[in-house]
Amino acid sequence: MDIADQIAQYLVSGLSTGAIYALIGIGFAIIYNSTEIINFAQGELVMLGGMFTLFFLNSLQMPLPLAIFCAVASSTAVGVLFERLTIRPLKSPTPLALIIITIGGSILIRGLTMLIGGKDTHALPAFSGSEPIMIGTATILPQHLWIFALTALAIAANKIFFQYTITGKAMRACAVNRRAAGLVGIDVKRMVFFSFAISSSLGSLAGIIVAPLTMTSYDVGIMLGLKGFCAAIIGGLSGGLGTVLGGLILGVLESLGAGLISSGYKDAIAFIILLLILFIRPQGLFGKAQTERV
Amino acid sequence: MRKLTVFLASAALLLLSTTVFASEPLRIGALFSVTGPASFLGEPDRITLEMLVKEANAKGGIKGTKVELIIYDTQGDPSKAVQLATKLIKNDKVSVIVGPSTTGETMAVIPVVEKEKIPLISCAAGIKITDPVKRYVFKTPANDHVAAEKIFNYMAAKKQKSAALLTVTDGFGSSGREQLKDMARKKGINIVADETYGPKDTDMTAQLTKIKGSKADAIICWGTNPGPAIVTRNVKQLGIKIPLYQSHGVASKKYIELAGNENAEGVMLPAGKLAVYDKLKASDPQLKLLKDYDRAYKKEFKVEASTFGGYAYDSFLLISKALGKGTSPEQLRDGLEEVKKLVSISGIYNMSPTEHNGLDLNAFEMVKIIKGDWSLAK
Repeated sequence: MDIADQIAQYLVSGLSTGAIYALIGIGFAIIYNSTEIINFAQGELVMLGGMFTLFFLNSLQMPLPLAIFCAVASSTAVGVLFERLTIRPLKSPTPLALIIITIGGSILIRGLTMLIGGKDTHALPAFSGSEPIMIGTATILPQHLWIFALTALAIAANKIFFQYTITGKAMRACAVNRRAAGLVGIDVKRMVFFSFAISSSLGSLAGIIVAPLTMTSYDVGIMLGLKGFCAAIIGGLSGGLGTVLGGLILGVLESLGAGLISSGYKDAIAFIILLLILFIRPQGLFGKAQTERV
Repeated sequence: MRKLTVFLASAALLLLSTTVFASEPLRIGALFSVTGPASFLGEPDRITLEMLVKEANAKGGIKGTKVELIIYDTQGDPSKAVQLATKLIKNDKVSVIVGPSTTGETMAVIPVVEKEKIPLISCAAGIKITDPVKRYVFKTPANDHVAAEKIFNYMAAKKQKSAALLTVTDGFGSSGREQLKDMARKKGINIVADETYGPKDTDMTAQLTKIKGSKADAIICWGTNPGPAIVTRNVKQLGIKIPLYQSHGVASKKYIELAGNENAEGVMLPAGKLAVYDKLKASDPQLKLLKDYDRAYKKEFKVEASTFGGYAYDSFLLISKALGKGTSPEQLRDGLEEVKKLVSISGIYNMSPTEHNGLDLNAFEMVKIIKGDWSLAK
């Protein structure tokens, strides 16, 4: 295997891992774009997607499509319940309080999953086999194609929803200025509720679709959530292409770093990039700088 | 006169205390990481030890000595392990401590037990624990380098001359990596690639692509689930044809389940005999014990016994054997050091003043995965 073939494989591997990060990152971006909350429990919803599917598949003997549907529904219920019980009762939500609440919520969800579902790692069956597909000299798995497809679908749906529907526009308005949005007659609390529902269903769907590759256990949400968060930050917390590019860049750099420099520094490379971006371009690589109007 | 009363009183007290001492049960303390990241080690340790103590007490104790067991959960945290070790010694007045379950915690606890002169039987595998030998410290799992030697001996027999390493960046992996490199030098095997992955990584194709380009004769992966299962899948995905060796850390059916039968086909690893006892020769001295343990465990907990729980079993048998000398910490220590030819779960123990682990190459069998099941590798 010569160096060109190796690089081809690094790129392909990086893009497929990056797509996973992107898909999870979009969940972060959606909540942020409509509420300005960074939901650190997003990773746990990704985990719940996988764990619920496993439960419906093995304990209730459901066929895979039905199990996926039920898992998304259950995780969405958890996400919505989480918003109802923790975010909504807050009188004057400051960003710091919200961050601490979502971190606390993530620890709670993880702990409960561990107690109920156990500590074991589980494998989910691949959707359409695990026969590798050749792209030139590099290989990917059919499951990666599912991830690419879902990511593309998520951006498109996201774009349409936030640009062209009245609810989507209302949600964006809430992020720009909560009070003003309320004054013009937008039910802000309902919009926050919506954004949690959308991002938890998307997060759990991401969790389900990556589980055949990454496997699932009660603690997969931490790392996946963190990488998804990085992707969203690099992309400037945009709900669309920015986050996807952020995820792909992160994945490719990790893969190239592991292959060409040293696998020991793989995560370090990713986090150094995150820090650099936060220092140099806090609005993200693709975000527009915010202007403060007086 | 007053001197005489004091003397008599203290003599009486002494007499009283010794009689009390003789009828007192043996107090065993245990430190296991029952919850937290290393719970897959600590949980089987806990249930095994509880099961054995219950069994022994139902029969009237070990050689007539009742056993009292005090277990604390360290949550895999070394500083918590130190606190709890002190508590076991000072408050609970235990004569011997079993555990901790991880190497990091054990290293943290060693200064405490050495100072308080309480024997410790660790259930962690790191070589640092008993090398150099410490007066009060023993351990039951075989050293990593024994597993490494087993792999290299097998490779030599198959005329494989170079190996690529892929190890996890946690305690188990980094200790394994050192032992592998060390042992490779001794066995004349050339290490042509030395890659690592994080314990939570979900894709190792980059490392394996690099290894594919390194022209190694074999890949040796060192980690505990789920990493090695992902590596196994990635190897198949990349179409890598050279043999893949895994460590004893994944010698459970769970690994095959996670990797998938078709992906795990042909993977070889050194396994503790517990995992493959139904494939052993009928003459194997450990066979009966392994079978009984697995059955009892399955009956009680509905899952197959794990190698890790076996380490607690070994500790209990070692203590039972050492009891011949008496139940004080010092007597137990001397007793442990004199254990010879003790047939147990992880192997046959032969302790000595210079060897506080006591296992050799026979603790492992090289196994190959064929059609989702173990078979002895030839």
